[in-house]
Amino acid sequence: MSALTDLYQQLILDHNRSPRNRRKLEPADGRAEGYNPLCGDRVTVYLSLDGDVVRDIAFEGSGCAISTAAASMMTQRLKGKSVSEAKSLFEKFRRLLTDEHGVGDGGPELGKLEAFGGVRRFPARVKCATLVWHTLNAALENREDIVSTE
Amino acid sequence: MRTTVIIAQPGSAQHRPDSFDVEQVRRDFPILQRTINGKPLVYLDNAATGQKPQAVIDTISRYYAAENANIHRGVHRLSVDATAAYEGARAKVQRFMGAGRPEEIIFVRSATEAINLVAQAYARPTLEPGDEVLISTMEHHSNIVPWQIVCEQTGSVLRVVPINDAGEYMFEEYEQLLSSRTRLVAVTHVSNALGTINPVRRIIEVAHQRDIPVLVDGAQAAPHLAIDVKELDCDFYAISGHKMFGPSGIGALYGKYELLDDMPPYQGGGEMILSVSFEGTVYNHVPHKFEAGTPNIAGAIGLGATVDYLQQIGLDNIAAYEHELLVYATEALSGVPDVRLIGTAKHKAAVLSFLVGDIHPHDVGTILDMEGIAVRTGHHCAQPVMQRFGLTATARASLALYNTTAEIDALVAGVRKVRKVFG
Ligand SMILES: Cc1ncc(COP(=O)(O)O)c(C=O)c1O
Repeated sequence: MSALTDLYQQLILDHNRSPRNRRKLEPADGRAEGYNPLCGDRVTVYLSLDGDVVRDIAFEGSGCAISTAAASMMTQRLKGKSVSEAKSLFEKFRRLLTDEHGVGDGGPELGKLEAFGGVRRFPARVKCATLVWHTLNAALENREDIVSTE
Repeated sequence: MRTTVIIAQPGSAQHRPDSFDVEQVRRDFPILQRTINGKPLVYLDNAATGQKPQAVIDTISRYYAAENANIHRGVHRLSVDATAAYEGARAKVQRFMGAGRPEEIIFVRSATEAINLVAQAYARPTLEPGDEVLISTMEHHSNIVPWQIVCEQTGSVLRVVPINDAGEYMFEEYEQLLSSRTRLVAVTHVSNALGTINPVRRIIEVAHQRDIPVLVDGAQAAPHLAIDVKELDCDFYAISGHKMFGPSGIGALYGKYELLDDMPPYQGGGEMILSVSFEGTVYNHVPHKFEAGTPNIAGAIGLGATVDYLQQIGLDNIAAYEHELLVYATEALSGVPDVRLIGTAKHKAAVLSFLVGDIHPHDVGTILDMEGIAVRTGHHCAQPVMQRFGLTATARASLALYNTTAEIDALVAGVRKVRKVFG
């Protein structure tokens, strides 16, 4: 596979064309805004929690194919998962993108999120994929400040 | 390829430049030999920064290898020579910009610093609450934020001249926005995001009828057009070395002597003083009053070599050749389905901001990069321009004297590939 088709896999292109869970969630237990000053893209993550479990999750905003697909696939993956599972998935996802000692064992499997492995070869694009996850972290803490990739 | 340029630069109807040999020019820029991702580099990000000719690289390394010393300080030979080279560079920049005297050229870090200097040393002491500074929608952030800061410091108001759908400065609105409270007009000569060449001569004329001084941000003009500050009659003019194929970390501010002479210092330190005591310090004369501390000596000397290089080729030749490239590129890109050009001013420099359908410019940039093509994607430090067009970002190809029609063909093929990847 060429680096390019590895980056723009069909699954990613599909989620970019028709993003899942792109809507507002109100009322929300957690809400945060993320901003990538490099490209001016913004994303808002909404969470509704049932105790420790993500009952519903959605996002708003538009960005590049990588960031839109990352948001869409993240929300899909996290519905029904616990907060700690979400956090360890983020850690694995981050490692997948930066190849820091591999993704590690144990915990929940990345599953379809492995489609983002191709991003590793495009260091300039790693932030496009991780912005929504950083924003999720802030939403879990219901932080008011805007999350930035810088 | 030997190109005889016959298309006249807009505004200079009679001008028929000599031949311009782009292949010869390309040989002057060593980086153009590079490959990226296995493909020859196609560098179309010149509005971000220009590549450097060998003559400039050699001047800087020779300075460090054989001529380095601090300036204006020593009696020893090296210091005397370095001082002469530094002041010689000032005289070269003076001639390049058409200034009347070398003291009117202040070496700064960049166009950004030049504008901040004027905001803090000229505007801040004169602005009063309710006074107005007039800029335009198409300014780079560096010609917006320094004015926002000084307005906040003084209680003045920032007013903004709108642009039309083609990305042109709206002159009638400008005239209406000039008021009895307007104290300064700041405008870019050439827009980095849209390529628009502004009618700065007329803007200045109208402001001067009301005794309002004008700052021109020439960061994007200097690499592409002949500048003549005397002919323009502007009060301040800012340029950045790195954008005009010179070193980074050096730029120049032109200011009319009487204005500069009246202004308080911008920063304090060595070099900007005549004598220091705790009872009172006497400031040095213009331009040294504004050059506190050891300056970027190598950068200034490198900038001198840069303007020598540009003048040897001739800015009218460069402008005419680039206009030919712009016409070619506009037609070629417009021929690709779903491509939309943002910025279609009648008078335009060779900048092509564009969108490919609803594909995000970042994705366009990544796919072009795989083909060895460097374009800028994003808001180009001109977010108000993006907002004006209801966008967050565009892809931008900005051309320079060493670009070729073959490179534009490569860009067009790359854009076609983008459409294919996104099906
Ligand atoms: C129109 C314009 N003005 C000012 C600047 C600032 O230049 P510098 O970053 O070199 O200070 C730029 C740089 O992109 C520009 O395009």
